[in-house]
Amino acid sequence: MEKLINEFSIGLFFWQAVIFILLLILLRKFAWKPILNAVNDREEGIKNALDSAEKAKLEMQNLQADNEKLLQEARAEREVMMKEAREIKAKMISDAKEEAKTEADKMVAQAQAAIESEKKSAIAELKQQVASLSLEIAEKVVKHELSDKDKQLKLVDEMLGDAKLN
Amino acid sequence: MYFCTDFKDTVICSKMQRKTLVRILSVLLLATSISGFANENSKEETQGGNTQAERKEHVREYVIHHLSDTHDFGLYSYKDENGEAHHVGFPLPVILWDNGLKIFSSSKFHHGETVAEVDGNYYKIDHSKIYKTDAAGTINYDEHQHATNVKPLDISITKGVFMMLLTTILMILLFRSLAKSYAKNGNIAKGIGRFFEPIVLYIRDDIAIANIGEKKYKKYMPFLLTVFFFIWFLNMFGLTPLGVNVTGNIAITTCLAIIVFLITTFTGTKDYWKHIFDPLGDGMPWAGKIFIYIILVPIEILGIFIKPFALLIRLYANMTAGHVVLGSLIGLIYIFQTWLGGTLSFGLAFAISLIEILVALLQAYIFTMLAALYFGFASETHEHAEEHEGEIQHL
Repeated sequence: MEKLINEFSIGLFFWQAVIFILLLILLRKFAWKPILNAVNDREEGIKNALDSAEKAKLEMQNLQADNEKLLQEARAEREVMMKEAREIKAKMISDAKEEAKTEADKMVAQAQAAIESEKKSAIAELKQQVASLSLEIAEKVVKHELSDKDKQLKLVDEMLGDAKLN
Repeated sequence: MYFCTDFKDTVICSKMQRKTLVRILSVLLLATSISGFANENSKEETQGGNTQAERKEHVREYVIHHLSDTHDFGLYSYKDENGEAHHVGFPLPVILWDNGLKIFSSSKFHHGETVAEVDGNYYKIDHSKIYKTDAAGTINYDEHQHATNVKPLDISITKGVFMMLLTTILMILLFRSLAKSYAKNGNIAKGIGRFFEPIVLYIRDDIAIANIGEKKYKKYMPFLLTVFFFIWFLNMFGLTPLGVNVTGNIAITTCLAIIVFLITTFTGTKDYWKHIFDPLGDGMPWAGKIFIYIILVPIEILGIFIKPFALLIRLYANMTAGHVVLGSLIGLIYIFQTWLGGTLSFGLAFAISLIEILVALLQAYIFTMLAALYFGFASETHEHAEEHEGEIQHL
């Protein structure tokens, strides 16, 4: 112990204290803080990256599930729409048929009515012409017969005979 | 060092720098090993005692001299054909306080052989200590072989201080470059920092966080990191042929231990002091506690001082022992002076050197670990008390 105390150098102790404290302060400011901060930042970065990767994975899974669901819904909707479309088509066709039929019926009826009226007017005209023709003939015959009595009679006979033939 | 214009140049420059660094280091290593080699050689040839007892005495003195701090930086010494001693090395500044500051080169002492005269005062070195003497340099001894001369306050830049300064510069350069490499490379260490980063992380995770706790470890980190690398580097320097025994010096370890003590004391929480002055808490009525506390509290108070004291003795004893063993084994070569003894001693010294490399790291680790443990006690809040109890038993 005495030897130890004898060995103790105040100068060395003094310099050690000065140097060590100086070293501590300098290193703390210029080395340890930046080093520990950098390491911490890096570790945080790695942790965050892993977390976000995990999150992204979950999100992807959710997205995929969502997509699947959406697809399912879309399929169902398409199915429904197709069915509706088919129904509409069928209805439209039947409606069109119905309408066409009624229209056609109506047209046929109109045509028939027109034919009927045409026929009537034609007959009327024919009657009128026949009457005028008869009158003309009668006029001519009268004119002719008035010149020759025999002939007149003869003509009347012929005419009547012809008329009956007609 | 190099002027770099663009990225490509930067890469080349950093490579060149690294190469230069490697070259400088290898030259240094080579130089120091040669000087160390010369050291051993010269000692054997020149100081050769005739009997084995004489040689033993030489080795003993040599080892003791090596353990102590010196005022000049000696690399090796030899005697030429005329028997004149030559010392290779360089002098260091001597700073004395003796009725005023006195600064002079240690070359004035001529390696302790002559008296140095400064401003009319005479000084002489005896066993690595500076004494004030008369012009003739007489040193008076009492019956216990202690010098009775006046000792001026000696704050010289000794070999140890010089090595500490060197270590300080090395550490600042090293860790500053590591810190910078993070900023440059996006938080990834480059170069030599890659080797030191895991150690820094180990100290943070397995020493600081493990002993102090997640919440409070941050404020202790600078001290723990500094003390670890400081001790480790100085221990390693002690193993180089320069062989400076800095961490094996009681003044150094005392200073470190006092810093640990101060940090522990001033960061102590209420729970820490309560644990010392009222260790049983509310578990017992006060009448019963008094009798136990008469014994327990003094023990706890002593413990505050014993903990750092154990730190200083442990580091000092381990490093000194290592140097003594290594020095003695190398000395055996010189004592035996036979082919077989020399070979055996060399083999042993080599094996011990390898162990010492491990010890250098281990002692730095233990010092840091225990300091962290004491900080953990000091900063503990009550929830953690139980965990730490377990750790004491474990140690």
